[in-house]
This record gives sequence, structure tokens and C-alpha cells, in this order.
Amino acid sequence: MTPDQTPGALAPKESRLVPRLLIGAALALTAVFIVVPMIYIFHRALAEGWRLYAANILQPDTLHAVWLTAVVAVIVVPVNIAFGIAAAWLIARFSFPGRKALLVLIEIPFSISPIIAGICYLLLYGRQGLLGPWLIAHDIKILFALPGIVLVTMFVTSPFVMREVLPLMQAQGSEQEQAALTLGASGWQVFRRVTLPNIRWALLYGAVLCGARAIGEFGGVTVVSGNIRGQTNTLPLQIELLFHDLNVTGAFAAASTLTLIALVVLVLKVRLEGTRG
Amino acid sequence: MTLQISNMTRRFGPVDVLRGIDLTIGEGELIALLGPSGSGKTTLLKIIAGLDWPDAGGLSVQGEDWLPKTAQERRTGFVFQHYALFPHLKVRDNIAFGLTVMPRAQRPGKAQIAARVEELLHFLQIPALADRYPAELSGGQRQRVALGRALAISPPVLLLDEPFGALDAQVRRDLRRWLRGVHDATGTTTIFVTHDQEEAFELADRVVVMGAGRIEQTGRPDEIYDHPATPFVARFLGLTVEIPVTLRQGRAEAPGLDTSALPRRAMADGPATLFLRPADITPIPDPASPFRLTALTTTGATHRLVMEGPADCRPEAEVARRSAAALTVGQTLRLRPEAGQIFPGGPGAQTLPAAADNPRFKESTP
Repeated sequence: MTPDQTPGALAPKESRLVPRLLIGAALALTAVFIVVPMIYIFHRALAEGWRLYAANILQPDTLHAVWLTAVVAVIVVPVNIAFGIAAAWLIARFSFPGRKALLVLIEIPFSISPIIAGICYLLLYGRQGLLGPWLIAHDIKILFALPGIVLVTMFVTSPFVMREVLPLMQAQGSEQEQAALTLGASGWQVFRRVTLPNIRWALLYGAVLCGARAIGEFGGVTVVSGNIRGQTNTLPLQIELLFHDLNVTGAFAAASTLTLIALVVLVLKVRLEGTRG
Repeated sequence: MTLQISNMTRRFGPVDVLRGIDLTIGEGELIALLGPSGSGKTTLLKIIAGLDWPDAGGLSVQGEDWLPKTAQERRTGFVFQHYALFPHLKVRDNIAFGLTVMPRAQRPGKAQIAARVEELLHFLQIPALADRYPAELSGGQRQRVALGRALAISPPVLLLDEPFGALDAQVRRDLRRWLRGVHDATGTTTIFVTHDQEEAFELADRVVVMGAGRIEQTGRPDEIYDHPATPFVARFLGLTVEIPVTLRQGRAEAPGLDTSALPRRAMADGPATLFLRPADITPIPDPASPFRLTALTTTGATHRLVMEGPADCRPEAEVARRSAAALTVGQTLRLRPEAGQIFPGGPGAQTLPAAADNPRFKESTP
């Protein structure tokens, strides 16, 4: 009799039932909650044909919303990259009183509902707000205009970059930077040639997350934008408006645009995660 | 380059890390800062590099005051225990780093830098590693690269913090010899920090023993080994057995102790403490001795004896297995030291702040 030589043949036979059940449940939930709704968006958007779909997207108000959303993202992401690096550097490299408190403060936007951020800005910059009279006197328009939208989006997305970069900087410690200093590098050279290359993937990853959130932000922006069609409507707000107008195809067309952007970002994110690993 | 440190102090919160360090280092010397962890040796090294600053005191190199200079201006190329190589750069670019960050006016040309790197790679015996990344190197290879990166800028003084601390024993011994060769070939004044006395004694021209923020002794390795200046140094060098004795006409006396092998000392009569290495003690069975054998363990070639004597004295001895065949736990033994150090004062008088909580001070081994 020849012994059975399948690898692991002598391992005790376990029931495969539990793993199969778990995998099945995970797949079913993913389908119900994520895949089906996403397919449905495209299905509804294209239900009345490509031509109507294109017409809906090319409608001036929707186009403007896409444009405005892009502008907001282009302003917010670089500012938050700079802010995230500065904050992570400060917290990782220096010890000062209030360091822990600062860390908590920076993460507040994650735990606060964005609508509260919107209302805070409303109370601060609004007509009856703290800075309102001064702003009116100097003819500076923040609310119901681009600056307000940018500010609220910045608030909501501010922790993303720092959250990605900080753990890496803490894990790497400051020895490489100190070594660079003693080799004669200036502060800027240390940053550009040692610190930045070390955090580049985490930084990109954080920026992608930040960008995705900036594009999709709804709650905070809806309070401060004023929902003026063709002027202060970002893409998520435009979708809601179209929906309220009972222009379901239009709403789904705009939503499909936003979903496409999100999918592109997702692919980017997955690829970056691979590179980082 | 000559380097002068005078009356340097440094505090971290409530802890006095350096308490008045005075040290002069000559041109081309290879110096070991030896001491247990917490003795301030790494802080001293970082202050020389400009990565830390003293609260008071002076630091000058070639007569020039170094304290106002930044780490960037001093350009010492500090070598860290864990190498701190730049992971995104190839070995070649790691070594070139210090040259490529020089101000444009002084920076050598690309070809010159490449030639210098090539020369160093050969000098350090790692030309095959030039195009690898640090993650692809072994610990010993990384330390060679780290040293190459520092040497590339021809530092006025080469500073190494526990350079072999993260390596295994064999690589450590090889690299030690290699570093000695590098030093002799370049003639760069070199200071390295270590807690390993064997490493310090084998490598250094001069050893500076530090304890609790002070310099306990400075001297050639054999001087320190043969004549530890303080009880702290004696303990650190492995003289861990302390027996209270009475000095009479230069001879140490205590019940159960046969000091006939020790030379007479020109010291005043009175209470003193005899410091011994466990391996320098020969136990001789003697029913009249107060030292009773309480434990007997073996490490293969040697037996380790623990005894109990008067006044809470628990000396340990190491003897070759052959000669210990007749020993049994419970019997009494006379102790015959073959070599030792005597410091005046009874038990406790020698206890220094660093060793206060642990008279047998065991931090001498890593």
C-alpha cells in the first residue's frame, strides 16, 4: 500500500461549512449594499438612451456643478497636503505642551457631522454672525460663494493627509533626518531629499482620500453654498436639486458622473495601497 | 583635529545626564566612550555632533568654538546604531549624499562625486553593493555603507553611536578589525560609544569610562584594566565580588580569606573593600572558614559557585570543572584571590549614585 502523499493529507478533516457560509454571506451583503445600487445608478441614467444621458450631463447647470466641484477639489487638496505634512511633522518630531490635545483637535472633523461644520461657519461668517458685519463692511463674500464652500470642504477633509502621514513619520523616527543634517544638508534639503521620499506613498494615498471626500462632500456644503443653480451648486448638491425637481434621469446622470469619479479614485487608491505595501 | 570639552553639563528635566565633563582628544585618536546605559555617553556624542546642546560648558575643535555652530555646519556625518540609511537611495547615492547637498559653489562635479564614491566603495570593500538598496543588505553591510556615507564628506571628527550594537558576535568582531583598519588608513579623529568593554579595549587607543554623567577614568585599555581608578570602574570591568576587609600593614585581612597571592599596598590601615573577579578566586575546602557553599552550577567548562559569608557577603567564584570535582553544596571554603583591587572604606562606602540600587552592577553586559 503506498502512502497518500497529497500535501497536508494527514491534517485532520475539518468541516468546510463555516468558511463557506461566511464567504457566501459577505458576497451577498456586498452585492445587495454596494454592487446592485451602483449598477442601478448607471441603469437608470441610461434608461432613456445615450442621447438623453448626454443631454442631461451637458446641461449648463450640471456642467457648472462639475466645474465648481473640480475647482473646490483643486484648491482644497493642495492646501490640505501642506497642512497635513506640517501637522504630522510638528506632532511626530517635536514634543511640546498640548501636543496630544492638538492631535485630538485635528481629528475632530472626523467625528463631527459635517453639517455642524457648515452651521459653525454660518454663525461665524453669516450676516448676523461674529465676523458678518465686518465682512459686509469690507465687501467680502464668504458665505453662499466659493470661499465658503472651500472653507467647509477644507474643514471636513483636513485630517486625511495627516492621518496617513503621521504614523509613518512616527514609525521611522528622526534618525535619518538627523543623519542628513550632520552630513551637511539644510532644513529644506532634509525635507525634500529624506522626509518627503519616505512619506510619498502615504502622502499620495492621503491626498486621494482627501480628494474623494472633497468631491463628494454634501452635508457641510449644503449649509453654506446657498444652492444657487449654475453658481454655487457643487455636483452632489446638483444631484439633490435634480432629484427634487423630479428630473430622475438627470439626477441619475449626474450621479453616474460622480460615481465614475469615485471609481477612478478607488482604483487609484487600491494601486497606491499595493505600492505602499 | 583636536577636540576639547570643558566642564560640560546637561540636564533632561530632573535628570543630570552630564555633570561636568572635561575631555581633550588629540589629533587622529581613536576614542571609546564606555559606560552602562544612562551614563550620558550618547548625549555627549550627540552634543559633539550638534544634535543636542549642553546647558553649560565649552566645546572647541582646533581651537574654534563649536557650540554656536549647527549640525549642518559641523558636518560630522554621525553614524547611528541602526545605520539610518536613506531607504529610497541606492548604496551609491547614500554615500554620495553628503557631497550632493553641499552649496553649489563648493560642490564637486558629478564626475568627481562618482569617482569619490567609487573610491570609497573599494576602500570599504563593498564595490559589489553599489547598486543595491539598503533593504537588500545585511546588518554588517549596512554599517559599512553608513560609515562610507560619513567618510565621504571627510568629517573633522568621526562620531559613531554603538556602531556594532545591532550586529551578531562574529560580524561584530570582523567589523571591529575593519574599523580599526579604516581609522589607521584615514587618520580621522574618531569617537565611538559602546557599553561593551571588550569592544572598547580591543579597538580604542584610549578609553573614557563614564558613569552617571561623569568621567570615571580615562586611559589606555591596559591601564584601565589593570588599575581601575574607582569602585565604579572596577565593578564595570567585572570585579563584581566585594568582600569587606581590614587593612593591616598593606595587607587585606578577613576571616576565611587567604590574601597571600596579593601584593602589599601602600595604603593606610583601616576598613577597606576588596574587589575581585569571580574567575580570580580559588576556593579551598576549609572547615574553619565562614564561607559556606550554597549553590553550584555549571556552564560547561566552568563551575559557578555561590557562597554565603559573614555580613551578608555572597561572593561568587568561577573555577575550572576539573578542580571543582570535590566540591559539595553545604561545605565551607577558604577563598584565595589571585588578583584584585582594594579601595578604602567599608561596605557601602564605595556605592556610587549610578550603582546605588544595585551593588552588583550588572549593566556591563548587553
